[in-house]
Amino acid sequence: MDSNEGSSLNLSASSIRITDVTQDGDTLTFAITSQKLGSSDGVCVFRTFEDFDWLHQNLCGQEDVPGLQGIIFPPLPAKPTPSQTHAQSKAVKQLGFLAMGNNWKIYCQALELYLQQVAAHTTLNKNKALDNFLTNAESPGKQRMRKGIFNRLSQAVEEMRKENHRDVDEFFQNKRDRNANLTALYKGTTERFLEVVLAKQRLAVDCGHFSTSLYLCVSQDDPAAVAFSKICLKLSEIFETVKNNFEIVADNDLSTLGLGLDLETRYQEAEKEMLFRRTCRLVELESASRSTEKAKPNRRAAMEEVKKAAEKEFDLVSSVAKEEIQRFHGSRVGVLRSFLIGWCEKQLSTAKQSSALFSQHLEACRELSED
Amino acid sequence: MAAEREPPPMGDAGQTDFREVEEGEDLFVSTVTTLESSPTSPEPASLPAEDISTNSNGPKQAEMLLDDDPEDLFAEATEEVCLDSPEREPILSDGPSPAITPVTPTVMISPRIEPAMFDRSLDEDEEEGENGDTFDMNISVSDPEKVGDGMNAYMAYKVTTKTSLSIFSKKEFSVKRRFSDFLGLHSKLASKYMHIGYIVPPAPEKSIVGMTKVKVGKEDLSSAEFVEKRRSALERYLMRTVKHPVLLKDPDVMQFLESSELPRAVSTQALSGAGILRMVNKAADAVNKMTIKMNESDAWFEEKQQQFENLDVQLRKLHASVESLVCHRKELSMNTASFAKSAAMLGNSEDHTALSRALSQLAEVEEKIDQLHQEQAYADFYLFSELLGDYVRLLTAVKGVFDQRMKTWSKWQDAQVMLQRKREAEAKLQFANKPDKLQQAKDEIKEWEGKVQQGERDFEQISKTIRKEVGRFEKERVRDFKVVIIKYLESLVHTQQQLIKYWEAFLPEAKAIA
Repeated sequence: MDSNEGSSLNLSASSIRITDVTQDGDTLTFAITSQKLGSSDGVCVFRTFEDFDWLHQNLCGQEDVPGLQGIIFPPLPAKPTPSQTHAQSKAVKQLGFLAMGNNWKIYCQALELYLQQVAAHTTLNKNKALDNFLTNAESPGKQRMRKGIFNRLSQAVEEMRKENHRDVDEFFQNKRDRNANLTALYKGTTERFLEVVLAKQRLAVDCGHFSTSLYLCVSQDDPAAVAFSKICLKLSEIFETVKNNFEIVADNDLSTLGLGLDLETRYQEAEKEMLFRRTCRLVELESASRSTEKAKPNRRAAMEEVKKAAEKEFDLVSSVAKEEIQRFHGSRVGVLRSFLIGWCEKQLSTAKQSSALFSQHLEACRELSED
Repeated sequence: MAAEREPPPMGDAGQTDFREVEEGEDLFVSTVTTLESSPTSPEPASLPAEDISTNSNGPKQAEMLLDDDPEDLFAEATEEVCLDSPEREPILSDGPSPAITPVTPTVMISPRIEPAMFDRSLDEDEEEGENGDTFDMNISVSDPEKVGDGMNAYMAYKVTTKTSLSIFSKKEFSVKRRFSDFLGLHSKLASKYMHIGYIVPPAPEKSIVGMTKVKVGKEDLSSAEFVEKRRSALERYLMRTVKHPVLLKDPDVMQFLESSELPRAVSTQALSGAGILRMVNKAADAVNKMTIKMNESDAWFEEKQQQFENLDVQLRKLHASVESLVCHRKELSMNTASFAKSAAMLGNSEDHTALSRALSQLAEVEEKIDQLHQEQAYADFYLFSELLGDYVRLLTAVKGVFDQRMKTWSKWQDAQVMLQRKREAEAKLQFANKPDKLQQAKDEIKEWEGKVQQGERDFEQISKTIRKEVGRFEKERVRDFKVVIIKYLESLVHTQQQLIKYWEAFLPEAKAIA
């Protein structure tokens, strides 16, 4: 069988799909399929969020990868909170766009993208955990996870002040500044877009109510009532169409641009976390240097060693970071592009359909009033 | 009848910002001031016409009560005052009209569209009059202007009539009117025609029914919006009035439309003698209605009344639905504008040139879409919300004429009872040998026989008139709604076609991102 050089993964990254999701109480189970490289054989496994988390921790906690901390880890979506449907608004508060759409479809897409990104990452896809995750019939189960040094909650409050630590490298200082700015902007834009989509969904509900109320106005009491009823029915139909339009437009929004903005926001945050890790290494290095300078002669050699190790680590991380930044900035533009195109094409198609529908209604009404 | 009140713009003479103060319920609030109040009102129609005593039997009688009352301290005050409010309207001087400050609303919510585009009153060329001629008349209310300063200020509107009807001396003419003039016109028409069964269209409300429910952040209840809403309502009111073949020919209507000077409508203000009288009559009517138990011989009337009750409930529900729609649409507009700004900032911050440009274009598209949302909100409001509101108010006028019929019947019955008594009295006197009294009794019998006959004629007449009026009302209703639906659909189609344009323009920008 063909082997990817150095990679333990012999699956095609782009073939990874989440084909189904089932809910059992509070737990969602995802069906993941992927295709073996160079063959038409496929693999299907079932995983829960815990399994994804296990995978992510493993990726983040590898000890034998030099400069691991310089990697921008593909962002894993936050844990889904199924529960009853009336708690949907709570889910939306926590997960934003990922909680929307029927049957967690947006969430599944986000997970799918995550797996594809990991599988396509030349360093990460060497990790055996990935292969295990994607091919092992048995789920990784509740294996005790090594405490990831950098899981999402890694930035403890006392470390926040390191975020502003001045960099020694202009390239990185620049990157950090731009990233901080963009992360905030993308986050804000995503949140505002979410508000837009929620407003459209509210309008759909309103139109539905109005349509139903009109339908209830129908009566056959006498000719005058019949004439008026015809009008109410017509109007009811029209608002049903308006409602459908809103629903489809909102759905277009969240399945393309919504998902895209959410992804970009989380990826920018992932880059931010990486840059922060590097900054922390820098702080350690500088602190080690100072200690070495101040050290008493008998301690100096030991301190030198520490400093040298820190320097080596820092340089490794920085060089990996540079590559990762290049990679990220290359691919993100393509990703955004495809989401933007998808969004535009869907909305254009919907607008054309709605225009035709409303025009039909208009023609019908004009004929009606000629009676 | 609720009226407009213009409070002083404190210390800011000549400011263009015109604020309307929400006042509490005044005594003459019509039962439809708040649609949230209970659907069945105890009062048939709270109109200034309530000052008609039941003895009046002709259209002209009521005018006496509208004349200047020499004892009326507030004869010059033409604004309705809320008795609960701490402010009172001062006496306006009768001098030359104060300087007119044209109002340019500082907040024009949607400069690109003509709200008048959504006026339902513009399509009346096809309207057929009763005599089979085409109804060729168009009235527009425009150019709201603030007149005067401080406590004396009010809004004046230009009323332009275009017509080819021969009853008017000119083909096109315009006059200046203020809100109380409209109220005065309605008051006169109601007093002349309601008691004989004509459905007189109600004048616009003082308080803004729907808008109070609209909680919007961006667009506060700005003065410009209010003025526009009022302007539109006044226009619809006039058009509805002149579409009525009988009202059209009324001299008060013609005077309202044609003459440059109109006597101030003093009967609309609360503190006058006429005002007090109205209050009293209104209360009396409420009591009367409760005690009239009519012996309905004509099922049609009962059925119709029930239908109108149902319709009232339905219309109010629909109105509430549309209010919600308008509110949420405005929220969508706000959210869209906010998103557009965010996207613009992103566009400025992105390094990648093509991506940056695409994001900026996205921001522009979203801004344009916001504009569409606002236009659609206008359509929702001016086409549906106001239509439904108008009909809820019209229904009270309809219910009013049914009540008037009951009163007419009651009067007829009372006359019969009285006649009976007089006959009994005469019978008694036959044996009393008092020739003077006997003659008087016979005279009285004749008198009451006449009244009974008149009562029966009145009752038959009002019944006949109501049947015709109801038929007219129902035709109008169908026509009005048809017009609105078509206009609304046109706006929907327009919106979608604009969207197609925007998306088609954006697509190449998105594709250009390399």
